[in-house]
Amino acid sequence: MAEQQQDQRVPTVIADELHIVYRVNGAKTGKGSATAALSRILKRGEERGVRKVHAVRGVSFTAYRGEAIGLIGSNGSGKSTLLRAIAGLLPAERGKVYTDGQPSLLGVNAALMNDLTGERNVILGGLAMGMSREQIKERYQEIVDFSGINEKGDFITLPMRTYSSGMAARLRFSIAAAKDHDVLMIDEALATGDRKFQTRSEERIRELKKKAGTIFLVSHNNKSIRDTCNRVLWLERGELRMDGPTDEVLKEYEKFTGK
Amino acid sequence: MTKPVSPDEGLTPARLAAKYGLSVSGARPSLVEYVRQLWGRRHFILAFSQAKLTAQYSQAKLGQLWQVATPLLNAFVYFAIFGLILNAGRGMSKDVYIPFLVTGVFVFTFTQSSAMAGVRAISGNLGLVRALHFPRASLPVSFALQQLQQLLASMIVLFAVVIGFGSYPSLSWLLVVPALVLQFLFNVGLALIVARMGAKTPDLAQLMPFIMRTWMYASGVMFSIPIMLEDKPAWLADVLQWNPAAVYMDLIRFALIDGYGSENLPPHVWAVAFGWAVVLAVGGFVYFWKAEERYGRG
Repeated sequence: MAEQQQDQRVPTVIADELHIVYRVNGAKTGKGSATAALSRILKRGEERGVRKVHAVRGVSFTAYRGEAIGLIGSNGSGKSTLLRAIAGLLPAERGKVYTDGQPSLLGVNAALMNDLTGERNVILGGLAMGMSREQIKERYQEIVDFSGINEKGDFITLPMRTYSSGMAARLRFSIAAAKDHDVLMIDEALATGDRKFQTRSEERIRELKKKAGTIFLVSHNNKSIRDTCNRVLWLERGELRMDGPTDEVLKEYEKFTGK
Repeated sequence: MTKPVSPDEGLTPARLAAKYGLSVSGARPSLVEYVRQLWGRRHFILAFSQAKLTAQYSQAKLGQLWQVATPLLNAFVYFAIFGLILNAGRGMSKDVYIPFLVTGVFVFTFTQSSAMAGVRAISGNLGLVRALHFPRASLPVSFALQQLQQLLASMIVLFAVVIGFGSYPSLSWLLVVPALVLQFLFNVGLALIVARMGAKTPDLAQLMPFIMRTWMYASGVMFSIPIMLEDKPAWLADVLQWNPAAVYMDLIRFALIDGYGSENLPPHVWAVAFGWAVVLAVGGFVYFWKAEERYGRG
């Protein structure tokens, strides 16, 4: 593990007793019929028909410049939610997140449209991430080459709905990884595409890590955490169960999951 | 990891954040800063609206031709029902009534679809809101812009219909430009307002079609308000004529149709049109901005 600059540790992300609560409409227990919904409305109560999901419960930590932090935990333990809250995309119920600059989530899927050509999606995705038209023009060829979409013919000028799921995933990753970030968060993005593309994307992640101040990685793949991260946060049921160097935490985690 | 003794030891998180100049993530920017951010995203707003417009018809065989064919069919249906069967064009000759009706339908549809798209602008794009950073106002503005482009395509049909019924291009046609600019501003404001309301209460999307239909029938899309309400109290016609949808429709009819003179317009019509546009655009923007940090909560 690389030596950290211990004497000058500059914090980039501080989470202070962070709580995140989702409110879900229409998920109240009981029958889903119209009459049941009506009786719920008629019954007095502050929030009718709304169910709360307390996804993150009082998490505190401080991340420093130059760290690559892995987030582990079983499914539904609040890892992705925590990332979104750090990125400022999900409002906190209680507590605060302080960040240096604008953390960005590596993910652009939602901005892309299946009915448009790959070409237009590259431009649209780039703009959605806040790149300028010039930056996109500059990087365009790089993005297309990296995705390898055109290796089997001129696919970039076809609508994305004609792509195989692997091809679409590769293009999405290529677009998302085209931008440089201060604080970068990656949500299980490594496991896309074929073997060849995975190697290439891991390389790209390491490159991004060099440029980014701090990197967060959510993954269920302990090997990719071990390869990339020097610190690990272990979340369980929305609570921070352990926070420390990769090896220590992973050892405990593997004991916990019975591996 | 052995913790080194650091001068930061013992600082509360808030103090530590202040010391290194960290800011609260996801906090709402000031109004001026917000406008600046939104302006910075203008290319995205435009590209997003164009992409939505293209995607809309990309699976159809006739493709983008539907941008023009849809409003044409719409106009035809209204003409068949209100013009031929119900004879709603009382007091107007066919040469005036048909362009009158088609203009009304297109101009009202512009406002209507901006509001309908606006109400789902946030609630229908939660994936986008939860994945990427951008001023959320980009979405409703982009949807209103998409409708403007749709309207400009419809204008081709409209001009053809108007000329076909004997009103030829003249200088007064230029008045269409300021009228549409004002209407677009009004629509943007409306979209921003319903977007915030729809983000809080997604049920509004179910209610919207009824609200819009009521508004359409009250705005004189297919009949002339003063003529239809002759035997009703005068204030009722005034109120209906000053409602923004009616104002913008009348302005564009006045600009395009030869037989539709200024006697059909309510007094101070340009001032009213301007007032509605400014009040809605500014008010809607501030209203939307006030909840900026809360969009995206489940």
